[in-house]
Amino acid sequence: MKALKFIMIGILLGIVLYKSEAASWYRIYEMFQFRSFHMYGMIGTALTTAIIIVQVIKRTKAKDSNGMQIVFHDKDKSITRYLVGGIIFGLGWALTGACPGPMFTLIGSGYWTLGIVLLFALFGTWIYGLLRNKLPH
Amino acid sequence: MLLEYIKQPWPWYISGPLIAFVMYLLLKQGKDFGMSNNLRTMCTVLGAGKSASFFRFDWKSQVWNLLVVLGTVIGGFIAHYLLSDGSAAQINEQSITDLKQLGIIDHLQGYLPESIFVFNGSLFQFSILSIGGLFIGFGTRYAGGCSSGHAISGLSNFQLPSLIAVIGFFLGGIIMVHFLFPLIFA
Repeated sequence: MKALKFIMIGILLGIVLYKSEAASWYRIYEMFQFRSFHMYGMIGTALTTAIIIVQVIKRTKAKDSNGMQIVFHDKDKSITRYLVGGIIFGLGWALTGACPGPMFTLIGSGYWTLGIVLLFALFGTWIYGLLRNKLPH
Repeated sequence: MLLEYIKQPWPWYISGPLIAFVMYLLLKQGKDFGMSNNLRTMCTVLGAGKSASFFRFDWKSQVWNLLVVLGTVIGGFIAHYLLSDGSAAQINEQSITDLKQLGIIDHLQGYLPESIFVFNGSLFQFSILSIGGLFIGFGTRYAGGCSSGHAISGLSNFQLPSLIAVIGFFLGGIIMVHFLFPLIFA
């Protein structure tokens, strides 16, 4: 039953990513040219809504479906890894128009060439794992 | 009538809050919204733990996220084949002109540009897709998250590292589109 819930949440996410055109290469191109409000409107309303959700959960000490209090984890403090890693991801995001969510959505939409992107994204993740101890974090 | 409306591209003010709603549903299940973690889990499932300690963790604890991935694939299928009228994204006119000049499109059509995403067996196309994939995989793990984990989950919790990462995403994207596209495609 629990498994079905996660699949259903994923289906909702997949439909929204496709229908919002956040999974469209064209929209990502246009976003990085700062020529349209569409993606900024979407990210902006997503973020505003998410901030309200997080604040309400924190202030009401809301519990999850297992009765455990919902906790938020602080990310490790650093600049290098976030900035350098972020730039590298941004280069790939702009080139393929896909981030790790839409990548899967588009495979479901029948654009199987995204499978090549996925395969090499796994390869890139593996390379990170191999080099992790040598990289500045 | 409603179905016809759903079949059109959704406006940002509907889609944005729905993305936040997905984050809420996952928080209610005691989970964090972050898609790029799945790439690490998949590496572990494929046996990457033999070569790097980074991949030695109990991947079964991440099965829930792999199920979300399975859902997004199914969602992509449903949205494309059942809930879409096939109209192209109505992007900015100047952007369309730029894409024509770069030789990426002849005219705006479809959800993705055919020259990049409809397989034609060229080394050029394969290079774009594979190098892009490498950067996504390496970059998201180095930065510890992607558009979902940093831009939505992290920023909504006022995490400074996430803001730095998102600034990085945009720096990388701007460099690619403004400076590298003319070199790659022209």
